[in-house]
Amino acid sequence: MRSLRRETAAAWILVLPFVVLFLAFTAGPVLGSFGMSFTDIKQRDLRTPFAVEGVGLDNYVKALSDETFRKAAFNTAYFVVVGVPLTLAVALAAAVLLDRGIKRFQALFKVGYYLPVVTSIVAIAVIWRFVLAPDAGLLNTVLGWFGIDGPNWLASKTWAMPSLIAMAVWRNFGSAMIIFLAGLQGIPATVEEAGQIDGAGPWQRFRYLIVPLLRPTILFTSVTTGIGYLQFFEEPLVMTQGGPLNSTLSVSMYTYQQFGFGNYGLATSMAYILFVVIAVITFIQFRLLREK
Amino acid sequence: MRRTWWIYLIAVLGLVAVAAPFVWMLLGSFKTQGELLQVPPTWLPQAPTSQNYDDLFNKANFPRYFFNSTVVALAVTAGNLAFCSMIGYALAKLRFKGRNALFVLVLATLMVPGMVTFVPLFVFVTNAGLANSYPGLILPFLVSPFGVFLMRQFFSGLPDDLMDAGRVDGTSELGIFARIMLPLTRPALATLGILTFLGSWNNFLWPLVIAQTEDKYTLPVALALYSTGQNAQNYGLLMAGAVVVVVPVLVMFLVFQRHVTKGIAITGLK
Repeated sequence: MRSLRRETAAAWILVLPFVVLFLAFTAGPVLGSFGMSFTDIKQRDLRTPFAVEGVGLDNYVKALSDETFRKAAFNTAYFVVVGVPLTLAVALAAAVLLDRGIKRFQALFKVGYYLPVVTSIVAIAVIWRFVLAPDAGLLNTVLGWFGIDGPNWLASKTWAMPSLIAMAVWRNFGSAMIIFLAGLQGIPATVEEAGQIDGAGPWQRFRYLIVPLLRPTILFTSVTTGIGYLQFFEEPLVMTQGGPLNSTLSVSMYTYQQFGFGNYGLATSMAYILFVVIAVITFIQFRLLREK
Repeated sequence: MRRTWWIYLIAVLGLVAVAAPFVWMLLGSFKTQGELLQVPPTWLPQAPTSQNYDDLFNKANFPRYFFNSTVVALAVTAGNLAFCSMIGYALAKLRFKGRNALFVLVLATLMVPGMVTFVPLFVFVTNAGLANSYPGLILPFLVSPFGVFLMRQFFSGLPDDLMDAGRVDGTSELGIFARIMLPLTRPALATLGILTFLGSWNNFLWPLVIAQTEDKYTLPVALALYSTGQNAQNYGLLMAGAVVVVVPVLVMFLVFQRHVTKGIAITGLK
């Protein structure tokens, strides 16, 4: 017999462990950071976090008027604006290639392209430092075959960010590719056959049939990739520490640096500014997602 | 089809571009320091040596880091499988007050950047006396919004009739969950388990700030500190270390990849 009381009791037993852990380690810290961002809490106040003084909006004003923070915001925008479309383009190309072109060894290619996604950033950093190394590096060696004298990628103010973008695309395109593959499998073969009969070439079929039908998937992957890339952090942390001359310093990276300096109040206000930006952009993307 | 050969050529070139750095790392871990610094660089080790691995396991304390990573990843995975399946079932199949509010709250936290919770979480864990301890490394990751979402989706797809059949047989509500419904979600549990294990194994930032003494380092922390400390120039050791971090998860991923890609495609999440 279905008893609502027994059901509710069981539900709370099942829900309780999660709720306790969730409040302590996720929801609690979210609220805590919001409170902290209005205080001057420093590392030395660590043992007495409730005894610190409120400073109103000071941290937010300080962050927004900080030259370095603005530089970090610009760098983050640069990374997102270039990195997200590139990642999605490579992911879509790989997905179309695997779904429409490859009949044999498809699983091998799929797993191969996905490998960087499941690899530790630290291990990736070890590899990529060799790829980007100035003289004996893999990239400059290959460029040398064509008579090109490659720069010292990570030490160059101009080339450090593009290098990190290339690394991020290489590392992340696999996860969007998997989602595109699922989307492509949802497009019936008859759609393309109809296009073929009407005389559309492969590029036209891709541009006017597949891309429009994939629109929800494309918007979805741009939302998830965008949220991830706005938090651009691990690549500069392990490769450049934000340098040279702050040219790869992202907002998350700067937040982390302020945390390292013990400026907890300022650090949390920066994290919240980033959160608001992410929420706004995600909201806009979801609006687009729903309209189409 | 005559034109398939060039499609395969592109696919293989892509695979080379993605895999070449891995292969170079693997081969490099068997080279001597002298050969690694050689210009132009070599692909195949000219005089293969296991010296780097010997150093890693004898001079550096990698068995300890390996043990720490394994303990933390297994605990985190077990916690996620247990707690996320429990709440996922309740959210999908049981009637109780606040159900929708709870689900919306969980979904909303998927969007919160890690940096937002980072500082207060650090303050909290430190004040709770958990810094530099296994609980400090494990507790913050025992549940994940993603896991809840995934499990709820799977449970939603199971028919209610099974629950009613259990009720008619006099099975308790918790018994219906544990003995009837949970075994049916094995594919979801496999996906969640693998992704959680990979995520925990590769997790870097939190262990970096929480593990303060060497005996609590996980593999990524140890490797990162090696690559910036006095060993930064010992490339062979670094590559061997990276291989030790990567290879176990690669093997695991290759064995279970079908579940992972299916699970990702179904939920549409990274």
